[in-house]
Amino acid sequence: MTTVTEAPPPLAPTPQKKPPRRRGRLTPYWLLLPGILWLLLFFALPMVYQASTSVQTGSLEEGYEVTWHFATYWDAVSEYWPQFLRSVLYAGTATALCLLLGYPLAYLIAFRAGRWRNLILILVIAPFFTSFLIRTLAWKTILADGGPVVGALNSLHLLDVTSWLGITAGDRVLATPLAVVCGLTYNFLPFMILPLYTSLERIDGRLHEAAHDLYAKPFTTFRKVTFPLSMPGVVSGTLLTFIPASGDYVNADLLGSTDTRMVGNVIQGQFLRVLDYPTAAALSFILMAAILIIVTLYIRKSGTEDLV
Amino acid sequence: MTLVRWLKRHLVVLAGLLTLGYLLLPNVVVTVFSFNNPKGRFNYEWQQFSTDAWTDPCGVADLCGSLSLSLQIAAWATLGATVLGTLIAFALVRYRFRARGAVNSLIFLPMAMPEVVMAASLLTLFLNMGAQLGFWTILIAHIMFCLSFVVTAVKARVMSMDPKLEEAARDLYAGPIQTFVRVTLPIAAPGIAAGALLAFALSFDDFIITNFNAGATVTFPMFVWGSAQRGTPVQINVIGTAMFIVAVLIVLSGMVISGRRKRQRA
Amino acid sequence: MMTKDTSGDVRLSGISKTYGSFTAVHPLDLTVPQGSFFALLGASGCGKTTTLRMIAGLEEPTSGSVSLGDQDVTNLPPYKRPVNTVFQSYALFPHLDIFENVAFGLRRRGIKSVKKQVEEMLELVQLGEQARKKPHQLSGGQQQRVAVARALINHPKVLLLDEPLGALDLKLRRQMQLELKRIQTEVGITFIHVTHDQEEAMTMADTVAVMNAGRVEQLGSPADLYENPNTTFVANFLGTSNLIEAEVDTKSGDEIVLKAGGGKLSLPAARCSAPTTTGGKVLVGIRPEKISLTHADDAGGIPEGRNRITGKIADSSFIGVSTQYVIDSPVCPEFEVYAQNIDRDARLIPGADVVLHWNPAHTFGLDATQDIDAGVETVGEEASA
Repeated sequence: MTTVTEAPPPLAPTPQKKPPRRRGRLTPYWLLLPGILWLLLFFALPMVYQASTSVQTGSLEEGYEVTWHFATYWDAVSEYWPQFLRSVLYAGTATALCLLLGYPLAYLIAFRAGRWRNLILILVIAPFFTSFLIRTLAWKTILADGGPVVGALNSLHLLDVTSWLGITAGDRVLATPLAVVCGLTYNFLPFMILPLYTSLERIDGRLHEAAHDLYAKPFTTFRKVTFPLSMPGVVSGTLLTFIPASGDYVNADLLGSTDTRMVGNVIQGQFLRVLDYPTAAALSFILMAAILIIVTLYIRKSGTEDLV
Repeated sequence: MTLVRWLKRHLVVLAGLLTLGYLLLPNVVVTVFSFNNPKGRFNYEWQQFSTDAWTDPCGVADLCGSLSLSLQIAAWATLGATVLGTLIAFALVRYRFRARGAVNSLIFLPMAMPEVVMAASLLTLFLNMGAQLGFWTILIAHIMFCLSFVVTAVKARVMSMDPKLEEAARDLYAGPIQTFVRVTLPIAAPGIAAGALLAFALSFDDFIITNFNAGATVTFPMFVWGSAQRGTPVQINVIGTAMFIVAVLIVLSGMVISGRRKRQRA
Repeated sequence: MMTKDTSGDVRLSGISKTYGSFTAVHPLDLTVPQGSFFALLGASGCGKTTTLRMIAGLEEPTSGSVSLGDQDVTNLPPYKRPVNTVFQSYALFPHLDIFENVAFGLRRRGIKSVKKQVEEMLELVQLGEQARKKPHQLSGGQQQRVAVARALINHPKVLLLDEPLGALDLKLRRQMQLELKRIQTEVGITFIHVTHDQEEAMTMADTVAVMNAGRVEQLGSPADLYENPNTTFVANFLGTSNLIEAEVDTKSGDEIVLKAGGGKLSLPAARCSAPTTTGGKVLVGIRPEKISLTHADDAGGIPEGRNRITGKIADSSFIGVSTQYVIDSPVCPEFEVYAQNIDRDARLIPGADVVLHWNPAHTFGLDATQDIDAGVETVGEEASA
């Protein structure tokens, strides 16, 4: 409470805890009203509708009615559990790969890029401005059968290994889990790099010097100083990668086959082609619940609750 | 021996550059294939060099129409999300009120939700209300999912702003409105601009939510999606390449200008 | 000041501020006369800034009223009060250049031709050359002068200064203290200055109010506060005081004789702010520079009638103009003595037995129910301040 009465110390002007306002207790509510109303109407309310749809029965012709038909959930899970499992597996693998690939680049930009820093940052962000669908289609060319990538993998006999692992099939990379994970990793990599970079950039360079001074070898410095300090970036990066990847159906559709369908593909198909709304709503609801649980547990575990 | 040591020292740099290559490879492919003259309907295999697509970018039916529709939607969605989001950001940073926690969660949740879930639930709402799917439903959806990102961007800027500046303005005879126009808004402008830019990029490139709520309307990403099933015209690559170049140029010129300004000051 | 103009008087009547259950400022009555340089002095969290902000209108008082001259301004918003503030860390508008920063107040009041006034003002603070620069291009001292110019150009009835020199280094701070004092004399406006630096308050202000825990402990001229502190807080916060717990032995007319550690001390009754009854406790205070130090071997040469205490030198530090001794004595374990370096006695080294003696007229007496260490700066506080 002392901060309220006393101005902050001169060298660290922190914003005051309690901005003084003499009138207009309602002002914040007026400011919030339009935006919050929008979110309530078009984000929260749809969730309610979706929940209600998931327990309806009926048909497109005769109309639907809420019958508290929870069996839809059971049917959805028992029929589509492989797709759910695949979503978690693919998205998890892609997230891990993003972290593995993204960390060196984020580190490079933050500490080693010198005057190239801004240019590399632009190059990381710029692909955002080309439609991601076009870029994903480019992977069809890159991974094409008989193309240079497949040729190289083949000559190194790596495809035999991946086929044995079940992530490629025969001489193909396209239409296999490997292609889908590759596409997912590619598409969400910037979402990993940017938060990582932001948290790495905040680290005081003198901490590295201090660590070296205190007998830490480069790798020990990384393990004991740099990495722990970049944890906020790691946490938000993994979330920003995993969440959209788990609901994605574009990569599985463009780069995969019917054997790589993820839960997003099922929801999309049920909603837009089969028109089985209750099943689609139930699947979507399960996905949402699963994501919320995973995110909550993950944030609890990593102890950074102030992501927003 | 020295090679091993050099490798050890620059391992991070090498790994980082490889990742950068991975990120940029598709853009290179898109650019190269914008000069392709494919045999069949699909532009996945290199045939021969041609500038036909570059000289006639709108030569495919509906392509430029979808592009202009996407630009329009992005512009309106940016405007809507930026105004609404900025108001929320100010309320969150500058005022204490009761429902704060709930509001924060409501802002956070859309960002923590797979797009397909939002898309599907919004569609159930529209179906239940009997809404006509099209331009307006797309716009509503885009404003909705861009809003949170704008709030986050503006909030960061407003939070770093010294509230004393506004007090100083009020102390110097500026009423509430003048304080906002003369001091608050100009200082918050970079955050608002960043939020708007993000909203534009997100809206323009959105496919999943649009795909659910567009009905028969075709935005540019939906055109690309459709062509992936029916046949990919080279013009898609032309537009993708042009977008990339324009984006890089805008960012670069922005950097040059701000860099020059800094040098002038020094 | 000569012409009994009271339009710049600041009168606070029963003004207070509470946040929830926390009371930042207890009901306070204070009058600052027109044209004076008034300082509110206290440690951080004492309520001095809150008081200043209530005068500026940036904080709404929980009770009481604020008047300027004859006008009650309690309910006026800051932008309608003829009062301007120099903020801590200046709060210069980063998006406007120096000229526009200074012109801000004039423009808001709808004054069209501001050029001449702004230029004159910038000349007054010697920043004419910098008019078109942005605030971040100026040094701390220059920014500080812009902040003063930005406030003064509006010819306020009262200028409020909130720790205006806190962000400057020591040398620049000294220079700006004199500069501000000069400007104040030149323009004749009432200045109310908030600071935690007792030296700054004493150098600049003609009246100082020492605040502690939301209350004004004592109000007076700097010399008056220093020589006649009424509370342990003032005694310790302004400079250093040696405080000894003592028992009243006898009272006769204007002299009180006290017992402390077996010896007797004399205290002028007029300099005792506490009620005294025979056998009751009193805190005896003496400033370190008033004390003379004599080696125990020469104790016979000390004139009669001086208060004296024996002890042993525990520590001494030479700081140029003076030497500061810490004396271990039966009445007080850490007695501080500052001796001018005129004739240094080579025997006065740690371990030496000494006699401390001083003119009883310099002794002051305080209420013994107070915290004897109130207002003492500790290492922890200093680090957090």
